[in-house]
Amino acid sequence: MDNYSVRKVIDRSMRIFAYLALIVALIPLFSIIGEVLLKGASSVNINFLTQPSPTVGEAGGGVANAIQGTLITVGLASLIGVPLGIISGIFLSEYSEAKISSPIRFFNDVLSGFPSIVVGIFGYALIVRAVGFSVTAAAFALAILMLPIVTRTTEEAMKLVPATVREAAIALGVPRWKTIVTVVLSGAKKGISTGILLAVARIAGESAPILVTMGYWRWWFAGLNQPVASLTLNIYIFAISPFENWQALAWGSALVLVMLILGINIIVRVATREKYK
Amino acid sequence: MSYKFEIENLNAWFGSKHVLKNISMKIREKAVTAIIGPSGCGKTTLIRCINRMHEIVPGARVSGKVLFNGIDIYAEDVDPVQIRRKMGMVFQKPNPFPMMSIYDNVAAGLKLNGVRDRKRLSEVVERSLEMAILWDEVKDDLNKSGVSLSGGQQQRLCIARALAVEPEVMLMDEPASALDPIATAKLEVLIRMLAKDYTVVIVTHNMQQAARVADFTAFLYLGELIEYGPTKALFENPENELTEKYITGQFG
Repeated sequence: MDNYSVRKVIDRSMRIFAYLALIVALIPLFSIIGEVLLKGASSVNINFLTQPSPTVGEAGGGVANAIQGTLITVGLASLIGVPLGIISGIFLSEYSEAKISSPIRFFNDVLSGFPSIVVGIFGYALIVRAVGFSVTAAAFALAILMLPIVTRTTEEAMKLVPATVREAAIALGVPRWKTIVTVVLSGAKKGISTGILLAVARIAGESAPILVTMGYWRWWFAGLNQPVASLTLNIYIFAISPFENWQALAWGSALVLVMLILGINIIVRVATREKYK
Repeated sequence: MSYKFEIENLNAWFGSKHVLKNISMKIREKAVTAIIGPSGCGKTTLIRCINRMHEIVPGARVSGKVLFNGIDIYAEDVDPVQIRRKMGMVFQKPNPFPMMSIYDNVAAGLKLNGVRDRKRLSEVVERSLEMAILWDEVKDDLNKSGVSLSGGQQQRLCIARALAVEPEVMLMDEPASALDPIATAKLEVLIRMLAKDYTVVIVTHNMQQAARVADFTAFLYLGELIEYGPTKALFENPENELTEKYITGQFG
């Protein structure tokens, strides 16, 4: 065989190999979504979405309290974690000449690799021991988990905005801080919202830190110093229970959680669509 | 004729690199002054020292004086932001704000500095685009993205953006280096028109361009001002041997 046909064969086999690898990588993703849809869809109905958890022996019941609880916990955590993360990211990107930037960046990366249970224990030691198991403690722990993701993606997104754009604004006599919060931040909007999304998706699926900061709770929201229910702990508690209707609720909870994350994804994508193509 | 700028013993550094050495020159009002010289001679640094853009690069340093209307812009109590508002700057590569429409690009300088009056903004946008000879080409597309324009149009958009804040000076850093000959010709016509009302300082590596548009030309080499004078004299009768070698293309 001459050189050219050898190259063609290599090219083709590499391409086939790449496709195969892609398929193998997608199998678990689609089988999880498929399984959750298949098993979860049958338990989703009006009662499921409007009723709180059933007690032992009670038929039916739903996960409305867990949906409420997860939304409150994640919302509260985002309220703390997102602004802090964005501001830290702005600092790292725009004031990187500060001596403190490099260690901050390093510890931020370390933090993003922290096991979530450790962060949960930290929340326990700091807040639970002061105010007790509560949604506040859980939100605090989850905010810490969000922080490094939001910070890092904000920094990267802001660095992608060309220096020439910044200079254009500064040369117009726009003060540096205003250049950053208007021109640079708007140029980085898409990257930042992707980062927030990743962080929200990550914490919405957390169970370990919730377990040690507020524990399993089967009632409705009853104040910030009380625990709330959560979809992830619902899945855990219901799935290992001996009752069939509870196991069905576990699948349903899993489906709702997946849909919730997918929904947030779609909303953010649509909201941050590029105005100009 | 009076002088807009008087530069006295200006030195500039990037870290330990000494890029401008004892530059002293006076720049005339309402005229075009060109700065020429080979790559890396300090042309861009010089123009960026005039509106205090040099210092925004980490590690950059300046010493000496730049008198603007008789006031030293490097004096302690001078706010660089106020200085930059009085001088428009146009860069090598057109750099319209990517997330903004044509209208918003031109209005950006005013809007970001707090002007909210819509009527005034519209007037300024139209007047600036007309001055930049762009109005007729974009008047129906003001809501389109600034980056949807061609390179030459983008550069004129950037000029309109700079004009909108009503500066006294236009600083242009190789404004035609990314443009084709037709766009360059349009830009040069525009520069001559601007010189009626503005003091224009243009950096260029294109000697023909300097000869075409500039009233005065300064030749910089390795951070030093080698020769400075009326363009015609500098090109036809250079006093310095180095200038002669450069303009006759013996090095570059």
